[in-house]
Amino acid sequence: MVDQSNWDWETREKTVPMDPWKDKFNWVEEPYASPDGEHVAAVVNQDEEEFNVCVNGETWENPFEKIWYLRWAPDGRLTALVSDMAEWTVAVDGVPWENKFAYVWNTLFSPDGKNIAVAAQNDGMYCMVVNGKPWETTFQNMTYFAMSPDGSKTAAVVQVEDFGEGEIHKFQEGCFTVAVDGQAWENKFVNAWNMAFSADGTKLAAEMRHNLYDYSIAVDGRPWDKVFQCVWEPVFHPVTGSVIAPVRTGGKWTLAQDGEILWEGRFLQAWHQTFSADGETLAAIVSPRYGRWTVAVNGRPWSVTFSTLVSDLVISPDGSTIAALAKEDQTWKVVVNGAAWSNTFHMAWKPVISPNNRHVGVKVEKQGKYTVVINDRVWPQECEAAWDPVFSPDSEKVLLRTVENGQYLRRILPVTEITG
Amino acid sequence: MAEPAVTQDEKKEEEEQKVVDEGIEVGISRLTEARIEQVINQVLNTETGARLKTYVNTCIHCGLCSEACHYYMSHDKDPKWSPVGKVKQTLWEMIRKKGRVSPDFMRRAVEIAQTECNLCRRCLQFCPFGIDIAYLISMVRRICHKLGITPLYIQDTAHSHSVTMNQMWVKGDEWPDTLQWQEEEARGEFPTLRIPLEKEGADIMYSVIAPEPKFQAQLIYQAAAIMEVAGVDWTMPADMGWDNSDMAMFTGDNEIMGRVKRTHFELAARLRVKRIVMGECGHAFRSVYDTGNRWLGWSHPPIPIVHAIDFYWELLKDNRIPIKEKYPEPVTLHDPCNVIRGGGLMEKARYVAHALCETVVEMHPNREYNYCCCAGGGVINCGPPYKLKRVKSNRVKAEQLMDAKARGAKVIISPCHNCHSGLKDIKNYYDLHMDIKFFGDIIYQIMEKPE
Ligand code: SF4
Ligand code: SF4
Repeated sequence: MVDQSNWDWETREKTVPMDPWKDKFNWVEEPYASPDGEHVAAVVNQDEEEFNVCVNGETWENPFEKIWYLRWAPDGRLTALVSDMAEWTVAVDGVPWENKFAYVWNTLFSPDGKNIAVAAQNDGMYCMVVNGKPWETTFQNMTYFAMSPDGSKTAAVVQVEDFGEGEIHKFQEGCFTVAVDGQAWENKFVNAWNMAFSADGTKLAAEMRHNLYDYSIAVDGRPWDKVFQCVWEPVFHPVTGSVIAPVRTGGKWTLAQDGEILWEGRFLQAWHQTFSADGETLAAIVSPRYGRWTVAVNGRPWSVTFSTLVSDLVISPDGSTIAALAKEDQTWKVVVNGAAWSNTFHMAWKPVISPNNRHVGVKVEKQGKYTVVINDRVWPQECEAAWDPVFSPDSEKVLLRTVENGQYLRRILPVTEITG
Repeated sequence: MAEPAVTQDEKKEEEEQKVVDEGIEVGISRLTEARIEQVINQVLNTETGARLKTYVNTCIHCGLCSEACHYYMSHDKDPKWSPVGKVKQTLWEMIRKKGRVSPDFMRRAVEIAQTECNLCRRCLQFCPFGIDIAYLISMVRRICHKLGITPLYIQDTAHSHSVTMNQMWVKGDEWPDTLQWQEEEARGEFPTLRIPLEKEGADIMYSVIAPEPKFQAQLIYQAAAIMEVAGVDWTMPADMGWDNSDMAMFTGDNEIMGRVKRTHFELAARLRVKRIVMGECGHAFRSVYDTGNRWLGWSHPPIPIVHAIDFYWELLKDNRIPIKEKYPEPVTLHDPCNVIRGGGLMEKARYVAHALCETVVEMHPNREYNYCCCAGGGVINCGPPYKLKRVKSNRVKAEQLMDAKARGAKVIISPCHNCHSGLKDIKNYYDLHMDIKFFGDIIYQIMEKPE
């Protein structure tokens, strides 16, 4: 994690005028605020096939023919996928990696921001590239991607056997597996999908299918003994290292641990299972009956249910605060510990829990205007753009990043100024 | 009405053509009667409920649905092609014999279920009891999937879905690369045009089917041009889930259907869009609006799905697409099953057609009674081996088109990819000499563009 204690938590307001950008460039694409709020950046067009990145009014030294996927690394470095002369790479703070590729995409960051990875293609072969360095092995196709929590390892689902167009029976013998740092597992599967690394990065689990019907979870290449009608993405228990995944059995969903059924309850759907950091609380988004959605905590669903969607489940490290978004028709709600907030929105973003586990902040939108809500109290400022709120390490203050009247603002407010 | 032209050569060709489908044959060679019995009973006992029982017990074999089916009508009312005839030869026999049917029986069953019914639900319109033959045939497909005897071409497509979440093996880099190529091309005409990739919080996520990036990239160009001119706040995803199509739904691989649809909806949720607008595709609409979402437990789409017809209707009604002059050629409008019978967009389609074109000649029958194109329901996706059967099984469509042509129509508007391809084959086989267009082709052609 990034140390946020050295960020400026004192200055109440800093601004970056963005309106002048519009006169300076042919067009300005959507802005991205840095995690610490000190910078705001956007891809800008300077001329035909000449793009640049403008950060707080200054462009990078060199333009590129194409730029996309502008994203801040958690440590405050600014990355983008850039192309010149039909070659692609990653530019970090304007400096492209030395290695170039026919294409790169899907940037991944480690939580501390030190490691940056992308998927890359050269001469029709695929690999991951970490901090500019490609895997030594390449594959003929690569689909899903993952990075270990410390960023030291990357993994991808890779194709390891040839099969031609229409060779369905060859395909069904198993042509796919998972590669970690370029090293493919020995076992091959019909399919492998989403992966998860263990907390220490030493183990990897992936959804897989033995044939067209039998699904399971493979851990370090070895599938569970049991098979299921379907599975969804696994997670590791943060303390014990066992693997938990939603499984479909008898036409219903539940959670399994290391191949054995973990939760007694059966649901119409169960997914996005999430642990608290201490491993004591395990919550998942579930559908207890057709067309109704909620969160189940350690197997017990909240009594409140929603019609359309429950998403963006987050749990505080100690498990005391569990928040999610819920949607009923076109209305978005925030639900904390089983109770929906009274305010509703036209759109909401993933809830953010304060380090002391007591506050929940959410970026929201209503009638095209953006703001932030903390503990169900709406900050009255209506903004043209906003980013997720960031709580200070002592949870007393909140960093708000917004665009108002064509100007970017970085504000530090006491949380009580919003919550009252 | 003139008879459609069918040459002697083509007749001969048909006789010579004996379909040997490796997907079916290899699967059949691995079957035992015990396995067939076990799978049939497993599906019937654990995957179907009251709905199947009601249908089976209610049907009085009255045959009122027969004339609804283009297969039946195109084969001189031979009962083996009637809706109930098809169920009789498949599901009812399986139920009657408690699953004790032979591999040869299953060979014929899969052929019927995958290549002799488009799941178009036209017959449903005529059944006094509302019996959904398409649902019954879908159950046969599910059984065939579980037995591993699905036709090769569509099985390959289902495999593509399982690996790439798109139907044409489009790789992770090829998709955004194609969008960027189309964006670059379009800037020749619209200098500031963007195809905004991964723009979180946009109003709309635009999704297409994989044949667009693979073979018909100009459709993406056209969509981008329309979005640009109409000033829409939109985005296209760079990630898997961009393809809204779903052949796994048509092979009975419900688990892959669910995975593909989950990816699609969760992608839209991640991008925080208000709505998903989809291109002119019908079966994909069925999958995201009806079948796929429900398998996942969503009684309605978690993010609203707007079919292109509906979206164009909205833009035209609000005068957001300035039109230079209306399309001059007389057009006729084909009502695709999945968006008309399945989505009720018949009047909106007519609004759009009339807003764009000088003359709209109605086909007869039309709206929810329109004849299927015979390509949908995964039939065209079973590939070239079945093409001749497909076109011959839709002589009534050719007659219907010919009638519209006789009344002046020169162009067929078909707001569905499958119908487009199916109608093209019909027009070629029956020498119809009509053009086929999407609404998007016409909008792009007649809208005002920068000088
Ligand atoms: S669903 Fe369509 S193709 Fe199938 S039997 Fe009914 S009318 Fe015929
Ligand atoms: S119309 Fe209905 S009841 Fe009559 S044969 Fe057809 S499905 Fe059976």
